[in-house]
Amino acid sequence: MSAILQTVTASAPRRARLWQATLRRLLQLLAVVLGVAVINFFLLRLAPGDAAQVLAGEAGAATPEYMAALRAQFGLDQPLLVQFGKYLLHLVQFDLGYSFRHGMPVAQLIAQRVPATLLLMGASILLAAVGGVILGSLAAYRAGKLADLLVSLLALVFFATPLFWIGLMLVVVFSVWLDWLPVGGMITVEAGYTGLAYVLDVARHLVLPALTLGLFYMAVYTRLMRATMIEVRRQDFVRTAVAKGAPAARVLVVHVLRNALLPLVTMLGVQASAIVGGAVLVETVFSWPGLGRLAFEALFQRDFNLLLGILLCSSTVVVVVNWIVDALYVRLDPRIRLQ
Amino acid sequence: MPSMYAWIRASACNEDNHMSTLATPLPLAARGPLSRLWRSPSALAGSLLLLLVLFMAASAGWLFPGDPLDMVAEPFLRPGADAAFPLGSDMLGRDLLAGIFHGARVSLLIAAVSTAIALLLGVSGGLLAGYYGGWLDAGLMRVTEFFQTIPSFLFSLAIVAVIQPTVWTIALAIGVTAWPSLARLVRAEALKLRHGEMVRASIALGASDARILLRDILPNAATPILVSASLMVASAILTESSLAFLGLGDPNAASWGNMVGAGREVLRTDWYITTIPGLAIVLTVLALNLLGDGLADVLDPRERK
Repeated sequence: MSAILQTVTASAPRRARLWQATLRRLLQLLAVVLGVAVINFFLLRLAPGDAAQVLAGEAGAATPEYMAALRAQFGLDQPLLVQFGKYLLHLVQFDLGYSFRHGMPVAQLIAQRVPATLLLMGASILLAAVGGVILGSLAAYRAGKLADLLVSLLALVFFATPLFWIGLMLVVVFSVWLDWLPVGGMITVEAGYTGLAYVLDVARHLVLPALTLGLFYMAVYTRLMRATMIEVRRQDFVRTAVAKGAPAARVLVVHVLRNALLPLVTMLGVQASAIVGGAVLVETVFSWPGLGRLAFEALFQRDFNLLLGILLCSSTVVVVVNWIVDALYVRLDPRIRLQ
Repeated sequence: MPSMYAWIRASACNEDNHMSTLATPLPLAARGPLSRLWRSPSALAGSLLLLLVLFMAASAGWLFPGDPLDMVAEPFLRPGADAAFPLGSDMLGRDLLAGIFHGARVSLLIAAVSTAIALLLGVSGGLLAGYYGGWLDAGLMRVTEFFQTIPSFLFSLAIVAVIQPTVWTIALAIGVTAWPSLARLVRAEALKLRHGEMVRASIALGASDARILLRDILPNAATPILVSASLMVASAILTESSLAFLGLGDPNAASWGNMVGAGREVLRTDWYITTIPGLAIVLTVLALNLLGDGLADVLDPRERK
């Protein structure tokens, strides 16, 4: 993704460059969507039994004639290539198929759930980045001391802990034993809050899921931040800043932090797809009504159309997150330009 | 030769670290990476923990000969309540300790097979892309980028859901989604070495491409491959347990993830059923991460400062 970014010296006109970058990105998104579509289509064919068999199985016994009629209705009797062409044709019309279990088009189902997942991901990434920067800086400035040891140890442990297990343990401690926070869900349905009360209610429900998803990545960023910061602090420009008498806080924020942030932003882009995967687990643990929870339901109801639609949609989310990361990159490091 | 090579590179690039080793004239073998491995605290701790897990996996059939999925005790036995079942039993009266020992087998087996698949795909893809370049490289890198974009956990989940979960399909699903980062790493190494003197000498001697790839380039890329393989085993264990937690474990095998998932229903009252297998996962993954860190430190100090 960061292939789009490049350090350039001679620059083309800014506007033309922007157009080129946008075009390139759209092409990239198209390639990803097409690739996932191919995988989806053939994975569906791998599944034991086709849609007709599943439906017929639910209706009880089915005659071969009825099955053949169903197959003809779904176009399952046509050659594979024709079926694939139709699948693609539907895809460009944002038609991801129909979920018989939910009695709703897949695209509509997914659109309902995306905001909750984005909220969870956003909160977790924010938590992970802020926490990682603070803890990593602390460890780097106190390298070899007790604080460093403690932070590094914590990061090591959270880096090795399965997400769902952190979630379950947080539930045991904060919801069951201490009874401070709700066990799951996104809103207190029976309370019927509106306005500010509603926002606060969602925030209360968000704490544990965001913490669960965030802690693992916080561990990753802490380790990364510590390593980069120790390296940046050795650089000549930092020594110069200290020598000219810049206050320590200014050296930290202006000189060290800004340069140490670059690898962290890169990592964020690389991990976007892992964070989406993590969201599935966290949403399952906390019944958070997002894409992940929907994927879990689809899994259990053997609603593969829906499951693969979610795979497609979450891949798109990853591409978009990488666009944001690229934009951040350009802001952080003015030497880097969009290609 | 890779060990010597790594050592020479290491000592050339990190003088201050190696002053002491250079000052005391030890025989070369004693300064090899293996002996230094034992002096790295994280590698040592990781190896010991991992040995413990391996021992558990190896001795499971001998210490706990019965099927770990059988009901052997009274249900909901708390840890320490009955000396015959030190870790207690779950809601179906299954011995948790036996489950932990047998689970080590399943988790390590799946992790090892999936890592082998990922190594095969990643190393061969990376070598070919890096060595031949051109359209092959461009094509393989597009595929790699694509696989890095789709959420690999969701992808494994979809694969396992569509083709029924067994130990082998789970390993396959994890393996085919884990290789891209390794392919990039190996490609970078191959690119570095492709125009080096060693490869040019081999070409001059008339060596075949296969020989150059396997005898010249692969051994010199062994260090990063080894390090990332240990991290891949760790993340495979995490992925397997996550799949099992979502109900996509092999129903006929006692895996740690299966145990955590099963205990979830009684989390409020009997949290230990979930906590104990979770701790086993944490310790094993921690061991592998420590070992990976230690290996990276010892084999190639340039990579970490």
